[in-house]
Amino acid sequence: MRLPATFRISPRWAPYILISPFLVLFGVFSVFPLLFSFYLAFHSWEPTGGLQAMEYVGVANFAFALQDEWFWKALGNTAWLALASGLPQHLVGIPLAVFIHLSFKRLRVRDSVAGIYFLPFITSTVAITILFSSLYSTDYGLINAVLHTLFGTENIDWLGKPVYVKPTIAFIVFWRYLGFNVVLYLAALQAIPKDLYEAAEMDGAGRWHQFWCITLPSLRPMIFFGVTLSVIGGLQLFEEPFILTDKGRGGPDQAGMTSAIYLYRMAFDFNDFGGASAMSWLLFIIVALMTWLTNRAFRPHKGSV
Amino acid sequence: MKGDLRSAVFVTSWPAYLIVAAGALIMLTPFYFMFVFATHSRTEIFNLPPPLWFGDHLIDNLTNLTERLPLWHNLGWSIYVALASTLLTLLFCSMAGYAFALFEFRFKRSLFALVMATMLLPSFMNMIPTFMIMDVLGWIDQHRALYIPGAASAFGIFLMRQFALTAVPRELIEAARMDGCGEFAIYWLIVLPLLRPALGTLGLITFIASWNNFIGPLIVMRSVENYTLPLALRSMQSTTNTEWGALMAGAAIATIPLMILFAVSSRQLIAGLTTGAVK
Repeated sequence: MRLPATFRISPRWAPYILISPFLVLFGVFSVFPLLFSFYLAFHSWEPTGGLQAMEYVGVANFAFALQDEWFWKALGNTAWLALASGLPQHLVGIPLAVFIHLSFKRLRVRDSVAGIYFLPFITSTVAITILFSSLYSTDYGLINAVLHTLFGTENIDWLGKPVYVKPTIAFIVFWRYLGFNVVLYLAALQAIPKDLYEAAEMDGAGRWHQFWCITLPSLRPMIFFGVTLSVIGGLQLFEEPFILTDKGRGGPDQAGMTSAIYLYRMAFDFNDFGGASAMSWLLFIIVALMTWLTNRAFRPHKGSV
Repeated sequence: MKGDLRSAVFVTSWPAYLIVAAGALIMLTPFYFMFVFATHSRTEIFNLPPPLWFGDHLIDNLTNLTERLPLWHNLGWSIYVALASTLLTLLFCSMAGYAFALFEFRFKRSLFALVMATMLLPSFMNMIPTFMIMDVLGWIDQHRALYIPGAASAFGIFLMRQFALTAVPRELIEAARMDGCGEFAIYWLIVLPLLRPALGTLGLITFIASWNNFIGPLIVMRSVENYTLPLALRSMQSTTNTEWGALMAGAAIATIPLMILFAVSSRQLIAGLTTGAVK
């Protein structure tokens, strides 16, 4: 028999109590701010003026953003960086994962090797980017010193010349996220049935042929997943360019100013919260669109998953 | 025939080893120089060629660092915020994950879909609203602004739910209920221990994410004494004549705990971070 429940939560109410912290935090820190930001996008507001300084301006903020030279420039920079740092993550990551998979048969060793590649992903972006800014230094930086010894090149002003800023940032991002993708692909490689390769070997298929006809098609779902993550991550790039460029302003000629940085500056440097909110919604639409396009391009064929 | 095969494998393998090794070197070299530079003075770092081996300026650099930054405050806050956010996240996400996995309630499906949707929301969407809500709540320059908002993270709830679905048998919960066990006792004494492996993984991920968090503190923290480590390091970098040796010592301090954590738990951590992908 059941005990009389005086100070007992009934199973009917238990789930609501269990999800209540989530509901409260989600409402206060996600839903409400998002709605507020949507509301704000149609207003002009400087927070220093207090809430009553808010003024309805219709779609003026959106119109301003769309005509703003820097908005497009930042968007172009972001797309460039997302592509230049994202694509190599997979073009290098896939063969690298295959090499690791083939070369290290013992799981422990394989995990350790993957761990080395994974290390940059979990360490502090700030610490790493600060280190890189010293390695990239023009006159005394290690990178220029190495390039000079190997190829006799003149010292390159990596962070001072607009042409070099983007490749510099892209390399750091690539370096940080390569291991994450290697680990994803390693997991996918381990899941490919071995008899597929044995059958191919019987038929006399070479390694290259096996890679094209078995490995790559089997990796397709993971490529889809990995590329989606790279696109989403690349389009919100903030920390690396923010720390590499002077005062987080995006560098010479705003060459390293990403959309997220411009958004930050719009709000916290220029105090235009309405404009920044409108811009964030425009960017959101663009990110959603890009994600959808990647989806279409890389989606695994029906039934192949 | 056998010899042929072996030589074929060997020939295709050694370039592979070489490439993997070269890549690993590229991954590790920056860390090496972080530690080397942490032991050199500013002038030594900018010698030509730059120092390739450890020097003897580590103590000077650390002293320099503590003169320029309230380092012990920053380090303390980093630890405090990381621990608080880990504990809260584990509590809230395990509660919600358990509810989503084993209970039926109104709007369950749509709520869970909403949780999943927020995982895809770009982080910059929250930047400005977060600042404003903290302003309204009076949480600017308060550490709770760093560990409370994210404590019911979508990723954590997802991880907990997935794990609870297989690790917590429905019959066990029913049996406990029949025996007169209260709902709170069921959660605390039965569910939580069963979730332990997933709690470990989520704890690690949350701790690391909080330790590395930069945008959060950048937006809400105002006084240097309240900064967490990454923000403090950044503030030192923006002054002219950056003290590189001291800064590298600081970067090393921010990195070493993570390396230790990673060394003891890399397998669990990697498995956790790649969950969604491997199903």
